[in-house]
Amino acid sequence: MKEKTLSHLSKFINKFLFIAFLFAMPFAALSEEKNINFIETNWSFKGIFGTFDRASLQRGYQVYQEVCSGCHSVQHLSYRNLSENGGPEFTIEEAKAIASQFEVEDGPNSEGEMFMRKARLSDKFVKPYSNVQASTSANGGAYPPDMSVLAKARTGGADYIYSLLLGYEEAPEGLELDDGVYYNKYMPGNKIKMSEPLSDGIVEYLDGTEPSKKQMAKDVTAFLVWASEPHLESQHKMGFKTIIYLIILLTLVYFSKQKVWSRFGSKIEEEEETFDKVERTVTKYEGEDPKTFK
Amino acid sequence: MSEEKYIPKSKLGQWFDSRLPLLTLSHHLQSYPTPKNLNYWWTFGGILTFCLITQIITGLVLAMHYVAHVDYAFQSIEHIMRDVNYGWLIRYVHANGASMFFLAVYIHIFRSLFYGSYKAPREVIWIIGLLIYILMMATAFMGYVLPWGQMSFWGATVITNLFSAIPFVGESITTWLWGGYSVDNPTLNRFYSLHYLLPFLIFGLVVLHIWALHVPGNNNPTGIDVKKNSNETMPFHPYMVMKDLLALLLFIIVFLWFVFFAPNVLGHPDNYIEANPLVTPAHIVPEWYLLPFYAILRAIPSKLGGVIFMFSAIFILMLLPWLDTSKVRSAIFRPIYKKFFWLLVFVVILLGYLGAKPPEGIYLVLSRLATAYYFIHFLLILPLLGRYEKTDPLPQSISDPVLSKTGMIDKFKKAAAEYEGENVESFK
Repeated sequence: MKEKTLSHLSKFINKFLFIAFLFAMPFAALSEEKNINFIETNWSFKGIFGTFDRASLQRGYQVYQEVCSGCHSVQHLSYRNLSENGGPEFTIEEAKAIASQFEVEDGPNSEGEMFMRKARLSDKFVKPYSNVQASTSANGGAYPPDMSVLAKARTGGADYIYSLLLGYEEAPEGLELDDGVYYNKYMPGNKIKMSEPLSDGIVEYLDGTEPSKKQMAKDVTAFLVWASEPHLESQHKMGFKTIIYLIILLTLVYFSKQKVWSRFGSKIEEEEETFDKVERTVTKYEGEDPKTFK
Repeated sequence: MSEEKYIPKSKLGQWFDSRLPLLTLSHHLQSYPTPKNLNYWWTFGGILTFCLITQIITGLVLAMHYVAHVDYAFQSIEHIMRDVNYGWLIRYVHANGASMFFLAVYIHIFRSLFYGSYKAPREVIWIIGLLIYILMMATAFMGYVLPWGQMSFWGATVITNLFSAIPFVGESITTWLWGGYSVDNPTLNRFYSLHYLLPFLIFGLVVLHIWALHVPGNNNPTGIDVKKNSNETMPFHPYMVMKDLLALLLFIIVFLWFVFFAPNVLGHPDNYIEANPLVTPAHIVPEWYLLPFYAILRAIPSKLGGVIFMFSAIFILMLLPWLDTSKVRSAIFRPIYKKFFWLLVFVVILLGYLGAKPPEGIYLVLSRLATAYYFIHFLLILPLLGRYEKTDPLPQSISDPVLSKTGMIDKFKKAAAEYEGENVESFK
């Protein structure tokens, strides 16, 4: 009896370890991320149910357009993305109007000439410079990175971008900075070649929101996160549904498994009964005490 | 159960089966006797098969949209992520699938180490398994190069450069691997080609792995042999199928949790920066599942030495069935081995941690100690333990240690047969 409890216990411990191990993995992986102290904010897109704040994304686009786009490209975004679900969700007319502010080169036409035309929804975001070399030389030898996947290309992601935008400070005493180099608390190595891009009121928000530095940093960061992960909302929605579905399926499979295995259990008992019968028989036959077999 | 000759019920079935015994094979797979005491650590074989098939199917779809060219590879990945219908899902499943594949394979390997599944008569299963593992590492490494991000490029540069450590011919081999004088478009193209090929080789080896398993049958937590046609085994279907399915679902939940809610935590952010041969990342690190070997590589002061030790760390496992001289399989009955086993697990995880750190100061000292222990464990401790360890007494059978004392069952059978006039064989 005691042995049985023990073996049950060890079986239980094994099962428990198995499940604990599987589920500890994601959390162990997540906790590794947070080792640098970025400025903390509440992002609406974080977490299982995270969604973007449309108004914030629309403002973020405005900040990008008026402040960042002079140097930084977002070459993987198309103008149509601006009106798609899960993004800033401009109306199609608004997105068309935005696209038509830009000119793209098209061609060759029937005469073999390249020509310029107004951008359409299907066009990619127009780049400020035609190539990396041009943009590097125009920016004092530092290439302003393309921001399409910036939020995924930096440790800390959104928190990093937000902190960097607010992290400009006077250089500490004794630190000599070259011309065109600025001090930033959150830049790896603290030296950055981008001058502080944001200051209070640099953008006049169309929706009348107070354009504080913090507000703009938050909006443009949200916009960049969306730009790197335009399907984030459907990803979260589908993820939630899938996991719920799997948990229900898991429960059903668990009970089916118990049912199926109980068949084998009874079979074992049957066989044990046979063995018992045989044991008694043998005892009778050999005249031994059944206790000696135990 | 499985040994008896199978004859299909229908005429058509018999006609077909006598020409190609697929029905017999399917019958064998269903009735394959498995020890009834297998615990959940034994479900990873099924899980790994699932991982391989998932990788092949998602990879097939990705290959329809991916462009293997240095100027377009990075762009084509973003095209998949943004413009292909559910491309993000397929790519995230494929990328995280690689990690989950390795997670499962490490559990599978350590399960084998704990319960002594590599010992006679299962050496061939073990060696085929290791070949699969080596091919998996090669496939994963080449797959990681395909997005052509910074880590792709620099990881490829570091790893292919290892071959240049080989005396005399090293430089030529590296040039041959690259298809040029640095990692460039030809390198990307051949890696793509091989990345598509190797999974099918793995698939073939998996078939051999399972075939080799079906000859001696499964090991089990006690490590003692089971009697195949007795109440100690149960048919694979439906019992093990249900158990494997349950474990697989649990595994899929964890897998998809990563895919939907943290698809990029297991990768390196630098790989979202397009490859640039002129800018070296601050720290070049491989994917997490290769880190222990990376730590061993860097622990050795000479380049050639590092390469030799790194490859030995893998190949030494092939000799394991002969290095471990103990006759007892399961660690359950090996009190001292059990402690060393957990120490080895700790050391391998430590090596993984150190592989992600810069090779300097305390990290370097620790990785040297850990590397030394890794080899001592296999070359010294295991051979000696087999000789000097006092193992716990083994039970006689996996179900009831008392009933099946040597000769006891036969005694029962004979007695019963005489008494009741029954056929002895009917007790099977």
